[in-house]
Amino acid sequence: MSSYSITEATGRQKWVAGVLVIGYALITLMPLLWILATGFKSSPDSIAYPPKVVFEPSLEGYVNLFTTQTRQSAEYLEANPPETWYEEIVHDKGMVIAGPSRFGERFMNSVIIGFGSTFLSVFLGTLAAYAFSRYRIPLKDDLLFFILSTRMMPPIAIAIPIFLMFRTLGLSDTHAGMILLYTAVNLSLSVWLLKGFIDEIPREYEEAALIDGYTRFQAFYKVVLPQAATGIASTAIFCLIFSWNEYAFAVLLTSGTAQTSPPFIPTIIGVGGQDWPAVAAGATIFLVPVMVFTILLRKHLLRGITFGAVRK
Amino acid sequence: MAEIVIQNVRKDFGDFTAVKSSSFRIEDGEFFMLLGPSGCGKTTTLRMIAGLELPTSGEIYIDGEEVGQKPASQRDIAFVFQMFALYPHMNVRKNISYPLVSQGMPRAQVREKVAEAARILGIESILDRPVGGLSGGDRQRVALGRAIVRNPKCFLMDEPLGALDAEFREHMAEELRNLHDRMGATTVYVTHDQLEAMQMGDKIVVMNHGVIEQFGTPQDIYDKPASRFVAEFIGSPSMNFLKFHDSLEVGATSVTMHHETLHIPALREPFDGDMIYGVRPEHVRLSDASGYRGEVIATEYLGTTQIVTMKTHNGEVKARIGSEQPARVGESVGLDFNGQTVTLFDTQAGRAIRSDLNEGVLSHV
Repeated sequence: MSSYSITEATGRQKWVAGVLVIGYALITLMPLLWILATGFKSSPDSIAYPPKVVFEPSLEGYVNLFTTQTRQSAEYLEANPPETWYEEIVHDKGMVIAGPSRFGERFMNSVIIGFGSTFLSVFLGTLAAYAFSRYRIPLKDDLLFFILSTRMMPPIAIAIPIFLMFRTLGLSDTHAGMILLYTAVNLSLSVWLLKGFIDEIPREYEEAALIDGYTRFQAFYKVVLPQAATGIASTAIFCLIFSWNEYAFAVLLTSGTAQTSPPFIPTIIGVGGQDWPAVAAGATIFLVPVMVFTILLRKHLLRGITFGAVRK
Repeated sequence: MAEIVIQNVRKDFGDFTAVKSSSFRIEDGEFFMLLGPSGCGKTTTLRMIAGLELPTSGEIYIDGEEVGQKPASQRDIAFVFQMFALYPHMNVRKNISYPLVSQGMPRAQVREKVAEAARILGIESILDRPVGGLSGGDRQRVALGRAIVRNPKCFLMDEPLGALDAEFREHMAEELRNLHDRMGATTVYVTHDQLEAMQMGDKIVVMNHGVIEQFGTPQDIYDKPASRFVAEFIGSPSMNFLKFHDSLEVGATSVTMHHETLHIPALREPFDGDMIYGVRPEHVRLSDASGYRGEVIATEYLGTTQIVTMKTHNGEVKARIGSEQPARVGESVGLDFNGQTVTLFDTQAGRAIRSDLNEGVLSHV
């Protein structure tokens, strides 16, 4: 090679890089693709060995996920022909739909608790981060370290005290209890992340607003918040991902009213064993909100991850 | 428009005193410079006038009203920041109209006022542009627009030209001064650049270590420095300082340095001890008739003038002389000082010793 450039890759370098990236992406995406595929398999196909890559798609898993069913005699089935496409799927297996499953309810719990705690974490985090960033606070560094230290052990290490505390306070298996718990866990991340973002916003903007006749709160609301939008968005994504996916506390502290999807999905049991297509269908639907949320805010996410490193 | 009076204002940040008991008066319509090296307390003083910092003690009067402990939003002043602080999420028009919107002014009137400010500053064509893509000069103009649009009592500017290129700075300085002359608004301007201060200011306050060293017109500050610090900080190259020891009576008109008699303005106070003979480079002439001699150690050619550095028995002396005059390194030359321009300083305290020259100027401090 006669000319060598550090900014422009040669054809072969690009080719090698492409293969590596695609290969790595395939490896990481494989479990996701597998779950997506399993959701559309029939029960026998889902446990076939060797595994089936090409199969006849079926919505059985999704129907099972959203309904409860009972077995009926052949005479009953003949007397009551199916009226809809999903009744037909169930009918073909010799069963009828008895009613909706709990999945919808559990999914709504996830939405309420996930987004509720995300909102609260970001709201409190923004106020705290602003105060830490702008005001002279006695023992500021110690307080910040204390806030960070709440994340120095895995949250599950304090599961038993939390369990006892929640039982005494009547917070077990309540939406409010789970929102508070996830907020407490997320808050240190939120305060630290947002403080970094707010530190980067020059004080002069607020001072200009103060001089322009606005109050401190108006300056915060009208000038600082729009500037911190990037930070708030990426913090919200991180908080949502945590509380959306949290499993251990959800298993421990919820059972009925406030149970979220993660502990519920693995417990979906069909007739005669684990109903893998239904589990996979549940997992697929469960992924959607975080994916949509992330895609909506993805513009901000990259800067969120590299925050402080890139100057605007 | 307003007169601003600062009385015994002091600012502490914890154990650190940023401004020690300062007092001065800014007349209505004056272009007033706060000058000093970084960390001298000039910006803190300005921020206290603005209400962005509250003084630890002392009073600030704007237009006769004591505002020392009032928040910035109630002082009706405009502030131009060094980094402009234009709201990045708004376009030029919104930036300029923002202070009017806070007053609840009707929309039609806001439009009119913004148009007027834009016309004064010549930025009508960029009103609908986002502020992100503007050049430094245009950002500066938008920041000024935001300041003038509401007819505040006074303008406070914190090194507003500091972020501009040297080339452009001169142009903007002129524009600023013109704007001030047209509007006649009281302006307080912070800078560390002595040339900027001399060029633009009606009055200058020179600060150092939180203390006001001198307060007066640019001419007074240049010709009659109140302290060694001022003499050194103002002027480029700075004043020459020749160290000597003597005992002087009131009315003395000369000092003896290395067996030569050098003239000074008649003293108004006696002094005995270590002193500094301060003379500006342009008041030093090379003259073979003079008995006070020095050896040329360097010359700097500056076009019409040159700076000649000489070594004498009392320290280095720089002279600003015409570049046609010969001066060669290594030569011994006679030095003639213009005695009427000389200031004597007390070596220990650094203050100027009172004489016919500076009488009346020093009493300001």
